[in-house]
Amino acid sequence: MPDELWVEVCGVEEIDEEDVMRFDHEGQTFAIYRSPENTFWATDGICTHERACLADGLVMGELIECPKHNGRFNYKTGEAKRAPARAALRTYPAKVQAGRVYIMLV
Amino acid sequence: MSSTSARRDYSLLGRDATIAVERGLAAAEWYHTDVPRKRMKELMRRRNGPAIRDTLLWLALLAAFGFGGYWFRDSWICVPFFLCYGVLYGSASDSRWHEAGHGTAFATQWLNDALYEIASFMNMKEATLWRWSHARHHTDTLIVGRDREIAAMRPPDVARLVLNVLGIRDAFDTARSVTRHATGRLTAEELTYIPQSEARRVYWEARAWILIYLVVIAAAVYLRSVLPLLYVGLPSLYGRWLALYFGLTQHAGLAEDVLDHRLNARTIYMNPVFRFIYWNMNYHVDHHMFPMVPYHSLPELHAELLHDMPTPYPSTIAAYREILPTLWRQIHDPGYYVKREMPASARPFRPELHRVLIES
Repeated sequence: MPDELWVEVCGVEEIDEEDVMRFDHEGQTFAIYRSPENTFWATDGICTHERACLADGLVMGELIECPKHNGRFNYKTGEAKRAPARAALRTYPAKVQAGRVYIMLV
Repeated sequence: MSSTSARRDYSLLGRDATIAVERGLAAAEWYHTDVPRKRMKELMRRRNGPAIRDTLLWLALLAAFGFGGYWFRDSWICVPFFLCYGVLYGSASDSRWHEAGHGTAFATQWLNDALYEIASFMNMKEATLWRWSHARHHTDTLIVGRDREIAAMRPPDVARLVLNVLGIRDAFDTARSVTRHATGRLTAEELTYIPQSEARRVYWEARAWILIYLVVIAAAVYLRSVLPLLYVGLPSLYGRWLALYFGLTQHAGLAEDVLDHRLNARTIYMNPVFRFIYWNMNYHVDHHMFPMVPYHSLPELHAELLHDMPTPYPSTIAAYREILPTLWRQIHDPGYYVKREMPASARPFRPELHRVLIES
């Protein structure tokens, strides 16, 4: 994939294991996750139910819980897992290179 | 403080619903105290232990008082047993319904779901309908025309509040609602907060409730005894008074149409027995500001937020010393409300929204 599609987010150590970080880029908000298995994932940063920043929520295994209404998503697939979340989150490829986290915006 | 006395329209399809959207009060950004992320993660952490302990204790107390009521069924001594059973059934279920609905009571999701269904039934709150209703309450807390869970409107409906000491008005409304849902109908107002895709679930839950009540009534007729109804059904009425006593303290008399839970909710200090029955919902400003914090961590969250909120009430009695005169005055002056004073250490937040006046 062309390098220009990858956007640098942060250093690996800036996100704790089983946690999430907000990333704003060109007017859009993303949520960047570090799983308990030490893999990195990315989704849209705003809940599909109502406007709430997912990076303020709680990561539990492969789930992210929205801080506003406790709706849950699988952040690896984007699937909504608990009401009131119903619509899936958009996901983005993520990778680690030389200790930096990148996501691909397409 | 008194604003305009224009009568508000609390319908979700009425004039004030339109005004709320036009003024940016619907699904808006609310104030949050800054708490370091690391600390918030600790506070949000889910555990099974506290809720398993508290649920087993709750069920054991229900069983013990229920047994006592049965044992002394031919004597007036059964009355205090049934009164305690009723409070555990009709009032303690309210806080269990609430916490399990947020999914924060247990770490294991099916335990939250199971407790939610049981407590919803005990508490006369249709499970799916109220799950969505309560999501709206958190989105638009005390926003007129958006929040259907405003317990004390302006002016207050005194007859409704008095009847609800024994859950009578709520039971009447729930019976009508359950009957309508069992016949496969949602109202236009309900469809403003619940998606159509949930309709079948609402309908089947209503049918299941009717079936349960029919079985209990049939048992009472067959046994020629009111006892079955004293255990299932009636305790939602005769045991509901404490839920109303707690519930009114949450928001009654405070500001409507503000985007700051410090101004429209109360945190009240309570004794351990009340906190067990109420599952720490006395920390209500704290809960609204951070609803993903489990009930067992709310006292710790409160310590983080205390510097940034109005002085908590020292007791429910102290809260009612404010609430009752306020509701009384609102009967004649619906524009009147209690404006909570922030401490000097508190951060202000969009003061213009704290002076919203609804023009007629």
